[in-house]
Amino acid sequence: MTKNKLKRIDLIFHEDCECRQVLEKTFSRSNDEIINDILESGLKGRGGAGFPTGLKWKFTAEQPADERFVICNADEGEPGTFKDREILFKVPSKVFSGMAVCAKVIGAKKGYIYLRGEYRFLLPELQKALGAFHRDIKDLIDFEIIIQMGSGAYICGEESALFESMEGKRGEPRNKPPYPTISGFKDKPTVINNVETLVYAFMICKHGPLSFKELGTSDSRGSKVFSVSGDTPIAGIYELELGMSLEHFVEEFGDGDTKAVQVGGAAGFCVPRKKLKETIIGFEGVPTGGSMKVFNSSRSMYNVLHNYLEFFEEESCGQCTPCRVGCQQLLKGIEAVKKGEKKAIYLDQLLKLSETMKLASKCGLGQSVANSFSSIVDNFREEMIY
Amino acid sequence: MAKNIKLKIDGVDVQVEDGKTVLDAARAINVHIPTLCYHEDLCVAGNCRVCVVEVTGAKALVASCAMPATDGMDVLTNSLKVRAARKNIIELLLSEHNADCTMCYKNKKCELQDLASEYKTSGEQLFIDLVPLKDYTIDNFSPSIIKDDSKCIRCQRCVRTCEELQHVSALGVAYKGDKMKISTFFENPMYDVVCTNCGQCINRCPTGSLIERNYVDEVWDAIYDEKKHVVVQTAPATRVALGEDLGFEAGHVVTGKMVSALKRVGFDSVLDTDFSADLTIMEEGTELLTRLKKALVDKDPTVKLPMATSCSPGWIKFIEHTFPEYLDNLSTCKSPQQMFGALAKTYYAKKRDIDPADIVSVSIMPCTAKKFEADRPEMRSSGYKDVDYVLTTRELARMIKQAGLDFLSLPEENYDSIMGESTGAAVIFGATGGVMEAALRTAYEIVTGREVPFENLNITPVRGMDGVKEVTVKIEGTLPDWNFLEGAELKTVTAHGLTNAKYVMERVKSGEADYHFIEIMACPGGCIGGGGQPIPTNMEIRKKRTEAIYMEDTGKPIRKSHENPEVVAIYKEFLGEPLSHKSHELLHTHYKARQRY
Ligand SMILES: Cc1cc2nc3c(=O)[nH]c(=O)nc-3n(C[C@H](O)[C@H](O)[C@H](O)COP(=O)(O)O)c2cc1C
Ligand code: SF4
Repeated sequence: MTKNKLKRIDLIFHEDCECRQVLEKTFSRSNDEIINDILESGLKGRGGAGFPTGLKWKFTAEQPADERFVICNADEGEPGTFKDREILFKVPSKVFSGMAVCAKVIGAKKGYIYLRGEYRFLLPELQKALGAFHRDIKDLIDFEIIIQMGSGAYICGEESALFESMEGKRGEPRNKPPYPTISGFKDKPTVINNVETLVYAFMICKHGPLSFKELGTSDSRGSKVFSVSGDTPIAGIYELELGMSLEHFVEEFGDGDTKAVQVGGAAGFCVPRKKLKETIIGFEGVPTGGSMKVFNSSRSMYNVLHNYLEFFEEESCGQCTPCRVGCQQLLKGIEAVKKGEKKAIYLDQLLKLSETMKLASKCGLGQSVANSFSSIVDNFREEMIY
Repeated sequence: MAKNIKLKIDGVDVQVEDGKTVLDAARAINVHIPTLCYHEDLCVAGNCRVCVVEVTGAKALVASCAMPATDGMDVLTNSLKVRAARKNIIELLLSEHNADCTMCYKNKKCELQDLASEYKTSGEQLFIDLVPLKDYTIDNFSPSIIKDDSKCIRCQRCVRTCEELQHVSALGVAYKGDKMKISTFFENPMYDVVCTNCGQCINRCPTGSLIERNYVDEVWDAIYDEKKHVVVQTAPATRVALGEDLGFEAGHVVTGKMVSALKRVGFDSVLDTDFSADLTIMEEGTELLTRLKKALVDKDPTVKLPMATSCSPGWIKFIEHTFPEYLDNLSTCKSPQQMFGALAKTYYAKKRDIDPADIVSVSIMPCTAKKFEADRPEMRSSGYKDVDYVLTTRELARMIKQAGLDFLSLPEENYDSIMGESTGAAVIFGATGGVMEAALRTAYEIVTGREVPFENLNITPVRGMDGVKEVTVKIEGTLPDWNFLEGAELKTVTAHGLTNAKYVMERVKSGEADYHFIEIMACPGGCIGGGGQPIPTNMEIRKKRTEAIYMEDTGKPIRKSHENPEVVAIYKEFLGEPLSHKSHELLHTHYKARQRY
């Protein structure tokens, strides 16, 4: 069910928040009540995979352990995504508060923010805000947040690679299961959430689950922060209700000559003009971690794909075969077809390869390369060849 | 543990214990799932993805080596999806692999090649050959190990071996994406990093990426050179493993056939490292007793205890890098290989009236670190290079095949003399605990005049696969010369695999443990599990080789080093007594500290 119009929301960046008051109110309730609210709201993770946040918290809280952690994933490495940066810049205390609520619910004494290496410039202000926050909640909860810097590898945004990185090891994804709720950072039960997810969880504590649930669709509740870029006159950060069609989106953000929209960054899907109407932005249609890149007719989709594949070839951690070698083969393969060294039907071989990568790669990186690859090759095949 | 997990694999019901993987379950009912990065000795990596299977209801395929078996699972190991993915994955590996199989040292011994032969049907390469696009390098500076990145499939077995089994971490993963590779500290050559040359990585490399530097051709040249007298010594552990590369099951003792083969290959004299192992016991046992006396009676503060064995060259290089402050705790004895080498070009040359310059001394070892050891500047006390060439058990198997010998039907022959006689105490040097046991058999008797108080001389507490074995021996009823040891408790520890070695040394360092005598072998299981032994090596095979070693011991007429008649003779005729001036000159040495990275 598509929402029939695009609706702007002003929740996350709204500057009315008295974090301490909301935390006091929230902490006066039981953990079960809080978790039920998050579950009831239908909030799903905003980092890409879309796992129900309430369940994640519940599983972690239920896992017997002497120590648990909450980690805020601020690695924001997906090309075309820059909304976490904005959130951390504008409303850091809401992020801290979201972490504090999670900490109370799961019984964590320590939380970490894994901050993208390139966002080091945010650090002084963040530390200042964090100091104030710690002072503010000292009497409410025994909880400390530590900011840890990443160093620029896309794969370190993948949760298990992120734990490895935080533990001082090479950022390589782990085998799953076990999932972080059972064995995460330092092999302890861990909630890892995207920056935005944590803020929404906090907003739900503030406004209650119902106002959140009213927005969006049954599969995609609430609103979401989008990073709009590409061929648009109004690039920027927008908080929008989920469930709109891409057509509505393009009406608002396109430049009148939109050829395709890449939803979800390099790991996402490319939707061509002719499919804009039927495509919903949300978990039932094309999910997105927030990146919306608009392409107009001046763009070569071969170049777009080439660019993504170069990115993946370099950013794959390199440990597993389908992803490490597959990325190289997809890239070299489209180059060979373009140059006429391989026949056009080689593209079908590559599509099958991308299917193998989707099915057999160890982590979400390798598994998602096929999204952009097949959606671009299928929809713009002639641009790949000529 | 109860087999409480019920699942279906390819329609067949199977029950396994909790904690087992899908791969374990498949193996339990003899369903073959191919693997590459999986190795029984190592933690699960799940990175090659060759073992993916389909679990009904799951969106993606799963790596069977890493997926816990759960109740009610319905697994397909050969579905359309699985086959398509597996074939693509094998093709991907091949596209990144320098498949010059006919030129490769591992030809017909390569797990990737096996997979290719199972799955390749088209005769064409499915994907673009990536090898020419990469700047692959070959590191062939080390006397022990050659590392060829163009053959590497990045399974990280070597990395896990070096880190988990050996705690050395000379090998690690560098870079990411298409540039990801297995490398060393600052990409230095293997000889210039903390690598101990133990060769455990070689033993686990599925392809030809890590191999021993082989000296097969050099040895053939020496054999064909009329002017040269080529002597060969064979280490204790080779005789219980060589058969595996030549058609025998693991655990078969092939001493007599090996001797016979060596003679037919053309060595002028086939001798036994076991002889010098017995000699090692005389020297090392005496050294231990001397150190104890200096410490207990003379109260000499400069005496270093605990004393540690020095037979394992992987361990020597490890201590040089990692615990250099304990170098003086090492026994000053050279390893049996090097004692043998020094004597071959002195004592043996004299007795046989051969100019040492014309002797080529070859050793057959279960070990790749022995190659490095033979090259050490410390190892030239005969005035020549004491051991000219070291061949691994695998290289010997290759020579035997090249010579066209049918190993299975060879007769059994005896070692030549001199330096071919040995005891049961020497052969057990090949297993963890063996040096300890041999030393105790002799030292206890020297001190008390009686045999060690263990049934049939079998000191079973120091045997077996436990990583660290602490055993205390109470000394009672001493002879007058050794009264100072009356009632003393000799504290010993035996460790194998450098991870365990490190654990022991850290306990020594922190003062938690006050041992007198430490036996350390660099390789898991001791030399029977050495890096130069036939591939594969795993726990089951190590156990079988160990059983064979102890069988060899029990079958020997003499089982105590000090009763070896050739050892008795060499002291009488040549060396004088243990720790004599001559011994020191030829059989003892000192090592030096190396950098920590
Ligand atoms: C290659 C890769 C990169 C990722 N990068 C990020 C990231 O930068 N930020 C993020 O929140 N999640 C990222 N994720 C998703 C995380 O693994 C994880 O699912 C997420 O942090 C969970 O939070 P959520 O439930 O709030 O979405 C990435 C996943 C993959 C496979
Ligand atoms: S899919 Fe790619 S990024 Fe993920 S583990 Fe495999 S190689 Fe690494």
